[in-house]
Amino acid sequence: MAIDAGYAGRVYPPTAPYLVGREHLRHFAAAVGATHPTHHDVEAARALGYADVVATPTFAVVIAQAAEAQLISDPAAGIDFSRVVHAEERFTHHRPIVAGDAIVTVLHVDSIVERAGLAMVTTRCELADADGAPVSTVVSTLAVRGADA
Amino acid sequence: MSAQLEVGQVVGSRTVEVTRADLVHYAGASGDRNPIHWNERFAREVGLPGVIAHGMFTMGTAVGVVVDWLGDPGRVLEYGVRFTRPVEVPDPGVATVAITATVGAVDAEAGTARIDLTVESAGVKVLGRAQVLVRL
Repeated sequence: MAIDAGYAGRVYPPTAPYLVGREHLRHFAAAVGATHPTHHDVEAARALGYADVVATPTFAVVIAQAAEAQLISDPAAGIDFSRVVHAEERFTHHRPIVAGDAIVTVLHVDSIVERAGLAMVTTRCELADADGAPVSTVVSTLAVRGADA
Repeated sequence: MSAQLEVGQVVGSRTVEVTRADLVHYAGASGDRNPIHWNERFAREVGLPGVIAHGMFTMGTAVGVVVDWLGDPGRVLEYGVRFTRPVEVPDPGVATVAITATVGAVDAEAGTARIDLTVESAGVKVLGRAQVLVRL
């Protein structure tokens, strides 16, 4: 099934708040070999002025990918996940994520471009905190191979 | 730190050995449970040479060099990469990923610098245009 390029430009409603847990930040940091004390030790994070342990720079992808599932897992969009390759990822951090944050995400489908049997799907997740202040912008491009590619 | 920063200066480097267990750990921590990152049979069925690392695992691992140099993860303002080649992770065995962070540009007025990451495995670059904008 082909990708429905009509999804380009779609903006999804804000997600339910994603609660960022201290142990999750530690677990994720350990999984990427991040040993800086601010990711693990509350006192080290507070010494630098943070309320709690600080997320590693790519942790926001966890929240973003949960939001992107609204598109990826939508059968009508026609994205065959077994044919997906991650092509690009970009984070812009308006402020670092810390444990205790409740993050609400708005998913934007910025573009769907098809060429030579490959569909490039670019999404943008705008992450904001409980007060609505911007936290991170996560732009992701997936390359989806066509059925005969 | 910023006083003597020069373009071309290496600010950190690291070599990381990656096993299938690391990918399972990352799958659990990230929620990305795509079987191409842990199931050899599935990976081959979809045309891959074998199990490959999550691009986000490699991206997430590489930036640690920069955070350790900065001493504060909040100074990472932007971070972007292209995933140019997959990192094949054998079993038994390990994949080796070599990371070097170099100063690409300095904006003294803005108080920022662009750090360029070179990330290679098996002699080829696995991340393209891997750039970190940091606050000095």
